[in-house]
Amino acid sequence: MTDARDALAASYRNEARRVLATLIRLLGSFEAAEEAVHEAFVAAAEQWPREGVPDNPFAWLVSAGRFKTIDRFRRQARLANVLPEFAARAAAEEPAMLPESIEDDELRLIFTCCHPTLAPDARIALTLREVGGLTTEEIARAYLVSAPTIAQRIVRAKAKIRDDQLPYEVPTRAQLPARLESALSVVYLIFNEGYAASRGPALTRDDLCEGALRLGRLIVQLLDEPEAIGLLALMSFHAARRSTRVDAAGDLVLLEDQDRSRWDGALIGEGQALVERALKKRSVGPYLLQAAIVAVHMEAASYAETDWTRIATLYDVLKRVDPSPVVALNRAVALGMRDGPIAGLTAIEALLAEGALADYHLAHAARADLQRRLGLSDAARASYERALELAQQPAERRFLETRLARLDR
Amino acid sequence: MRYACLVYFDPKVVFNQSAESEAVLGDGFAYLEELRAKGVLVTDGALQLPDQTMTLRVRDGKMSATDGPYLETKEILGGFLVIEARDLNEAVRVASGIPLAKLGTVEVRPFVDFSKPRPTL
Repeated sequence: MTDARDALAASYRNEARRVLATLIRLLGSFEAAEEAVHEAFVAAAEQWPREGVPDNPFAWLVSAGRFKTIDRFRRQARLANVLPEFAARAAAEEPAMLPESIEDDELRLIFTCCHPTLAPDARIALTLREVGGLTTEEIARAYLVSAPTIAQRIVRAKAKIRDDQLPYEVPTRAQLPARLESALSVVYLIFNEGYAASRGPALTRDDLCEGALRLGRLIVQLLDEPEAIGLLALMSFHAARRSTRVDAAGDLVLLEDQDRSRWDGALIGEGQALVERALKKRSVGPYLLQAAIVAVHMEAASYAETDWTRIATLYDVLKRVDPSPVVALNRAVALGMRDGPIAGLTAIEALLAEGALADYHLAHAARADLQRRLGLSDAARASYERALELAQQPAERRFLETRLARLDR
Repeated sequence: MRYACLVYFDPKVVFNQSAESEAVLGDGFAYLEELRAKGVLVTDGALQLPDQTMTLRVRDGKMSATDGPYLETKEILGGFLVIEARDLNEAVRVASGIPLAKLGTVEVRPFVDFSKPRPTL
């Protein structure tokens, strides 16, 4: 019966993650829950064609998973060596399936996969698979590593969760900022790998950007937190410009040269609404501020019409909240746009003298650009050459080489 | 009675693009069809190279795994299952439930996807 099969496929796409999340709570372990999800879908494949698709597929699948697990534990108990806590949990009274508990289950899953104790690589792989629903092979392709490399990260991560007994809990109010930061950084790392790939010939990998946006939307749906909303806005703005970031030859196109008519207006609108919504909450963090800065760019009909004064002001605030060298660099560039190239160059040279940006190719590229605008060709040449020594991405290198060549014309 | 025909070879020889190895690979497909037509073939599988392999053990209720092929020489290939699984981690989960994993070692290897290009060595 194709109805049942379609319903099953749809259920898998829409529900598998939530069923897994709830079963992890009910059974207390990833492994037991994964087995239970598998058995639940097997049971559904058997029964739905005969009995029809249930009104509440999610509840049906959770029940089926629970009962299959209880059966299995009972059978194994006869053979000995069953961990009593699992059996007790599984056989407990039918737990309430309130919408809030189910949402909490998903949050619990996200926060567990993004736990700060796990290595960043492990957090990314685990989150993409268990929350994002990607297969091991899809994740491996996206990161240009072998499937066993990803599989191993996931196996180790689950073992660590089990062995360290990391609790499946939604963080308390006090723990939330740090834990949320950990989760958001996982999502942003995924997005950045897709948006500005660190390896491989292509500059962007759309599947990762899409995966990160879905994760970001899920977190915002579950948690009305300004930094989560800010990150989603930021990613939406970047994604809106994705198609104009590289030209047909695969070369980098700067923001000032991007064809704004090809920017995704719907995504920009979503991003702006998110920024407004988050700013009302009166608590500004780095993601929200970065989103607010990009929003200013998104509003301008052209690069020339960009409100650099507002951008520079926002960078002043961002610098207080996130005093990292990269933020300082971007602020220096904004100052150069607002106050002229001498101000910008002075700011960048001060930063380079401090040392933290010495090996960052974009710092030297920014310096080169300002020197070029001031007619300091020899200095610009030296800066572009230094940037080239440090740049690794092929498209970025081609861009720098082009700029260097233009100096000599 | 059923038999497992477990084909072992040196990939550097089989995938060296020589006329002889290419002919042998082509003949291999033809022979499968011949056996299939006679009702002799039950199931076959071409396995991806060992660098795509996960090897796992279960001891004292805990699974440990490595990314890479199984290299221990005392243990011999005692049998094989061909399973259907959503991805490599799901396959590892299923394999970890095989009872002999508690006494021996299970190598989990994905089947070749003939729509993808052959690996170059």
